[in-house]
Amino acid sequence: MAFNRRAFLNTILGGGVIGWLGSIFYPVISFLIPPKIPEANVQSVNAGSIADIALNSSQILKFGRTPVLLIRSKTGEFKALAATCTHLDCTVQYRQDRQDIWCACHNGIYNLSGRNLSGPPPKPLSEYLVNIIDKEVIISKPKQMG
Amino acid sequence: MFKKSAEKSYNWLDDRFKITPLVEFMRHKQVPIHKHSLWYYMGGVALFLFLVQIVSGILLLLYYQPGVDSAYESIRFITTKVSFGWLFRSVHSWSANIMVFFVFVHMFSTFFTRTYSKPRELTWLTGSVLLVLSLVFGFSGYLLPWNELAFFATKVGTDIAGAIPLIGDPIKLLLRGGEGVTGATLSRFYAFHIALIPAVFTLFLFLHLLFVQRQGMHEPEFFHKLPENKKRMMPFFPNFVLRDALLWLLVLNIIIYLAVFFPWEIGVKADAFAPAPDGIKPEWFFMFMFQALKLLPAHMFIMEGEVFGILFFTLAGLVWFTVPFWDVFIKESMRPKIMKLFGISVIAFILILTIWGYLV
Repeated sequence: MAFNRRAFLNTILGGGVIGWLGSIFYPVISFLIPPKIPEANVQSVNAGSIADIALNSSQILKFGRTPVLLIRSKTGEFKALAATCTHLDCTVQYRQDRQDIWCACHNGIYNLSGRNLSGPPPKPLSEYLVNIIDKEVIISKPKQMG
Repeated sequence: MFKKSAEKSYNWLDDRFKITPLVEFMRHKQVPIHKHSLWYYMGGVALFLFLVQIVSGILLLLYYQPGVDSAYESIRFITTKVSFGWLFRSVHSWSANIMVFFVFVHMFSTFFTRTYSKPRELTWLTGSVLLVLSLVFGFSGYLLPWNELAFFATKVGTDIAGAIPLIGDPIKLLLRGGEGVTGATLSRFYAFHIALIPAVFTLFLFLHLLFVQRQGMHEPEFFHKLPENKKRMMPFFPNFVLRDALLWLLVLNIIIYLAVFFPWEIGVKADAFAPAPDGIKPEWFFMFMFQALKLLPAHMFIMEGEVFGILFFTLAGLVWFTVPFWDVFIKESMRPKIMKLFGISVIAFILILTIWGYLV
């Protein structure tokens, strides 16, 4: 095929149109992607004094922007788990009567170690470390979480 | 005097825009009268409800303030302080739900009368887009009051979008405007709800109506086979239009009755650090999908249960919306029976899962 003047002009025109579309859509799509907001790298959170936390109770703590569920079992042990259900992102809760962790959205149930027992959750809840320092309950990120 | 000036204006317009052929077209448009004529009104009701949405939505816009600290408060302000604010807010919510209902009724009546077949394939397709947009309208509007039910519904809904293989994560990020559901999500949903979706919806609505006007009313098979002199017809204008108007008035009355006696709840303000409340449910039109996701086990075949569910519903939606293009491959004598059975099983599936969802 001979590369004549018409074909040449059509290629230039076609390329120009593609370039023009790119110059419109690139900024628009870039604009749609939200910029990353730096998050304070929280390593530990103080949940308060042991004496203030009743047996068989729970609370949700702000760990930076992530909710963490702190449970004190009937026997007095502490357990801290990510409060975000591994199924579809709802926030889970501790059920005092059944002593398990329940997600109201799709009836997912975990045990107190965070293992998914029944319902749709595909993975266990990730665990946080609980240390008692001077009778204060300190929750911290395990090393592998970063 | 009035007649004369009306005639004058008509002539003025006709001189410039040649509107006489349009008026003639309207005058000659006929609507078939038969045992299924009632279904001709369903699309009109959905259209009317869309207009109610526009009017009540514009009114709400005058006071609504998007934002984590203002959205819920402004809805409270509208319902408690603004004159008739409670009415317009409730009308907006009720009519949105009833609109979705009528869009479904319109779709199924089109399906069972097999109106979608040639030459109306594109009317069916534009209608399908309008149905999906109506659901997106509902989903995006649901978040705007920023209450806890809406907050978790949005978390779940956007997370479902995120589970789509490959493109899920960028879609989730685009919808949420960040990692989690935050004020950024609210801003985006507000923009979708009041600007983007209305614009796209109006475009498709225009096409849908254009196709309907251009092709005229569908005649069911038994009616089509009648000899011309046995076919009963009524003029579109004014007979059908007046009947339409009467039905619209009736629907508006029902909505106002519902808004007055069963005002739409505001709920509890969303708190990102509170657990999902007991008895959390999506809007009724998502209930069957919600219930299906609840029933699926954590893992199915090689994928997570939710991914399977999403793939299933996407595929089912595609099959449903492309019906005019594949039902022609079914033997003609078998087609009505098979399609009827298919339609009934879809309705049964939706109904059973919806009722199940409300019972447990």
